[in-house]
Order: sequence, then C-alpha cells, then structure tokens
Amino acid sequence: MTDTHPRIVIEASASGDCVTLYGVWSAAELARPEGWEQLYASLQGHARNAMEERWDLRQITRLDHTGAQLIWNTWSHDWPRHVLLQGTHRAMLDRVARFALATPAPQAPTLRARFLALGARVLSVEQHFLHALQLLGQLVLDLLRLLRAPRQGPWRDISGHLYRIGASALPITALVGFLIGVVLAYLMSRQLRQFGADAFIVNILGVSLIRELGPVLAAILIAGRSGSAITAQIGVMRVNEELDAMRVMGIGQGFRLVMPRALALAVAMPLLAVWTTAAALAGGMLASDLSMGLSPQYFFLSLPKVVHLSNLWLSLGKSVVFGVLIALIGCHFGLRVLPNTQSLGEGTTSSVVVSITMVILVDALFAVLFSGTGL
Amino acid sequence: MSAWPVPLVQIDKLCSVFTQRGVQSIVHQDLDLDIAPGEFLSVVGGSGSGKTVLLRQMLGLETPLRGRVSVLGHPAGQLASAGVAGRVGMLFQHGALFSAFNVLQNIAFPLYELRTLPRDLVRDVAMVKLKMVGLDPAHALKMPSDLSGGMIKRVALARALVLDPQLLLLDEPTAGLDPDRSDAFCALLSQLHQELDLTVVMVTHDLDTIYALSTRIAVIADKHIVVNAHPREAVAFPHPFVRDFFRGGRGLRAMEVLHAAAPDA
Repeated sequence: MTDTHPRIVIEASASGDCVTLYGVWSAAELARPEGWEQLYASLQGHARNAMEERWDLRQITRLDHTGAQLIWNTWSHDWPRHVLLQGTHRAMLDRVARFALATPAPQAPTLRARFLALGARVLSVEQHFLHALQLLGQLVLDLLRLLRAPRQGPWRDISGHLYRIGASALPITALVGFLIGVVLAYLMSRQLRQFGADAFIVNILGVSLIRELGPVLAAILIAGRSGSAITAQIGVMRVNEELDAMRVMGIGQGFRLVMPRALALAVAMPLLAVWTTAAALAGGMLASDLSMGLSPQYFFLSLPKVVHLSNLWLSLGKSVVFGVLIALIGCHFGLRVLPNTQSLGEGTTSSVVVSITMVILVDALFAVLFSGTGL
Repeated sequence: MSAWPVPLVQIDKLCSVFTQRGVQSIVHQDLDLDIAPGEFLSVVGGSGSGKTVLLRQMLGLETPLRGRVSVLGHPAGQLASAGVAGRVGMLFQHGALFSAFNVLQNIAFPLYELRTLPRDLVRDVAMVKLKMVGLDPAHALKMPSDLSGGMIKRVALARALVLDPQLLLLDEPTAGLDPDRSDAFCALLSQLHQELDLTVVMVTHDLDTIYALSTRIAVIADKHIVVNAHPREAVAFPHPFVRDFFRGGRGLRAMEVLHAAAPDA
C-alpha cells in the first residue's frame, strides 16, 4: 500500500515511546482537512516530552519546508536526543532551524504617533485646498494664454474631450432624466389631485426640473462618469511616468491636461443640463398626459407663462460652474496620485465622492444666493 | 546507460497565434520541447518570439491554438483541478505581488489558502522563506509599494517557493536589477536550484544570467525551438540568430565567463 497521507505511529517500549512518521509531509498533503485535526492533535500530544522520545523519520517519503517547520515546532525548536532520518530531510530541517525566527510584532501606535497622524491629516486637508487653489490659478493663467494665442491652443484635445465627456453621455443622461420626470410627475399628480390643482403640475415640474434637478442630475452623472475617468487617465499617466516625461519636455500640465478638460466640461455641462431637463420634461409631460389627461399642447403653452426665463439662465450658469468644478477636482486627484496602483484606486474613489459632494454644496450655495431670482 | 528521465514538461506540436487589433500573427509553429527533472533551462529568443507566451501556456494562463502542453503529467490548463497547482511556482516579471497585503501576507497567501494549517505555522514557514531569499525580517510587515525592485523580486520568489514547487518558472528574473543585485539574485537562484531539487525554466535576455545558471539552453527562432542543448553546444549551433545573439560583440564578452568557469572547454 502506498499511502501518501502523513501519519504517526507510536510504539511503546521499555526505553520510552518511539514515534514513527510515515507518508508525504508536504503542505498540500498536510492541509487535507480530513486528517489534519487528528494529526495535529497527536503531534501536540508528543510536543511536551519530545526530547525524551525516539523519533524515526526515515519512513517519510517527501518532506517540504511546511512539514519540516511543523516537526520543528513540535520539537520546540531543538533537536531531540534520538532522531533517525534521511540526509535530505536533515538538510531540510537544518535549513528550517537556521532560518527560524519570530515574526516581528506590529507596533501599536503610541499616543504621540497618533497625535502626529492627526496633525498630518489636518495638514493634508490644507494641502488639498492649496493645490486645488493653485490648479484654479493655473487654469486662469492658461485661459489667458489661450486668449492671447488662440491658434496655438490644444483644440484637438478639447474637441476629443467634448466628444467623450459630452456627446457619449447623451443616452445615459436622457434615460435618467426621462425616468425621473415620469416618476416625479406621477407622484405629484396624485398629491395635486387631492386639492383639485391638476394644472399646477406644470409649475412644479417646470421650476423643479429646469432650475434644480436637470443641472444637478446631469452634474452628478457626469461627476461619476467623467470625473472618475479624468482622475484615472491622469493617474495612469502618473503611474507610467508620463507626467514626469511631460515635465521634462517642458510641456505645461495645466495647459495640456487640465485646461482642455475644464474647457470641454464647461461647454458640455450646460448643454447636457438642458438635454437632461428636456428629457425630464418630456417624461413629465407623458406621465401627466397618462395620469391626468393633461394634454401636451397645454403643457407647452403654459410652461413659458409659469416658469420665468431667468430660471434657465440660472441653470446654465450653474452648470458651467459644475463642469469646471468636476474637471478641476478630477484633475486635482489625478495629479496627486502616487506612482502605485493602490493610490490610483484611492484617488479615483475620492475624486468621485468629493466632486459629487461639491456639486451639491455649490448647488445649495446657488440656491441661497439666487433665492430672489425667477421665482 | 541510464534510463531517460520522464520529462516534467512536454510540449508537442505547439501552434499559437497572437491577435492584435484583429490581425493574427503566428508565434509558434510545431514547437516541441521536453524538460527533464532537475534541469535549469534558459529559453532564449528575440523580442516577440513568444518566450513569455510559452511560460504562460505552461501555466495554463493562455491556451494554444493547437498542440499539447503537459506539465507534471497533466494538461497545462487543468493544473488547478488536478490539484497540482501548488507544485508549479511562477516568478512574474514585475513580481505581481498583491498590493493590499504586506510582505509576510503575500508570501503566506498560498499556504493560508489551503485553509487548514494553523496561522502561526503558516507564519513560521513564510518567515523561513523570507530568510531563504535573503530578505531582512524587518521588511516582513512592509507593503509592496514601499519596496525596491530587487526586494519585490525576492518577495515574489519567496511566494513562488512557499509551497515547495517541483517546477519553477522565471520570467526575466534579473530585468530591472543593477549588476550587483542581479549577480546576488543569480547566486540565490543557483543555490535554491541545487538545495531544493528544483526544475527551473527561465526566460531572459541577460547573457550573464544565462551562462551563470543554465544547464540547458533552448533557442526559439523561426517560430520553433531551433536548438535545445547544453550551453556550450547551443552557442555553437549554426543558425543566424544563435550566431548574432551569443557570438555578437556583447555575447563574446559574456561568453568569457562561461569559459573561465569551465577551463576544459
């Protein structure tokens, strides 16, 4: 019988127990769940007086480092007085004996280290602000440079980003906008019907979608879709040392990387906001027709009367700010990525979280500042 | 006359294609290669001759178009299901360490994934491997991103060896190391090859490494193995690629090492 499974056989004799090991003592064989518990328990049973027993390891057919380590641990890191074994196995155990050393214990952070870590966090927040401010300042300088020499601008980059950020986002923003419009109109119609104020659906949908939901929805979608992509693109350039190569060539990162994205988003964002709003209004119109019988003609005719035009201008203005904000935050986190892949993942995540949060914060700011306009 | 040992790796009539942007190009055509136990085989060939692809096919990471690759008596794609995945170790060119784990966790991962062995035993074995590849135990708790290129290679080697494989595959083990580190790494590989009874397949461009370590050299040219022989026979093989590679200016300088090491040549 050729049994590869590691086994222990104990023979009691007058001069003490003789422990004989059989089988293949390798990691894969030892780790078989069916035999491990029993084997480990019987090894542990002999661990205490391993010194006094006689060990016969000659029947082991294969011994690897895991097996050797297991035996060595059983012997409490010392050779027993009576051991019989093959030369190759002795070499293996010798190596384990030579290299065995304790795992370094992870050091618990001291109070001082924690205090310093807190300080580092505060400083890093300050650094984020400073870097973002620098980025904004550089963007203004780059825009001035573009105005002075418009023919030398990175127009191909801008149009490429415009397509990738703007045009390819049309389907998803339309779908989300349309569904939000349908849901909103349906819910509203049920509430309004209680008061017999069916016609006011146009006011509610018009103001809320044009002034708030259209631009904010579009901005959040674009922050998730393109803000993260911007961070990932620039972060990959950092990991590949492309950014360093650009700097060595004397090519401005602001002019070639940040400005085209910021410009493209500043143009694409208001257009996408209008597009999302239109889709949402179409959805709302459909839902009001179905649930309340409010005809699209009526919807179209009363919309300009109940929603002041300044709401649209406000929405467009907000969207430009959102676009620049998303681009700057994406670039900011991309440029701060460290040249390793883990940092790339972290940067992308923080970029999305921060840009969505900032979009909502800035939207609230707009709501306060322009509370007297268009209502 | 001793019996011919059963090959650890058998490659028969291998054909592989490489598809890029919809254009297919043939990488291997009727490639045959047998690797006997205990060999240290260097696979040599020009850029794009499919050396790394060959290693990946031995691991079952890529499937050839036609032909048979068997490793340890099993088809290469079924190593894991045959339960012999642990008998093959691979050192990837850039280490391929898990970035979320520290050094010790990286080395211990294959053992830990067996799910039975107690944690302290696994940690002890990982520490032995760490010492075996000559790393300072102070590095045990560092993250891969805090290590230098040479240390990453060493940690990756320790991880490849943690289950004590029979077959070790090395992809450009000395690329990106400075000459001193590269020599030290060669010495380490040579020592491990002898001590652990390993069979090693190495892909490299570095002639010094080839001469320092190989017991055989296989040259891929014209989409197949043109010669697979002892280093001294392989470098003398009459083929344009072999001539340029081994007996060009760079090659002759490195070959002095070979002759210095074996003065009877």
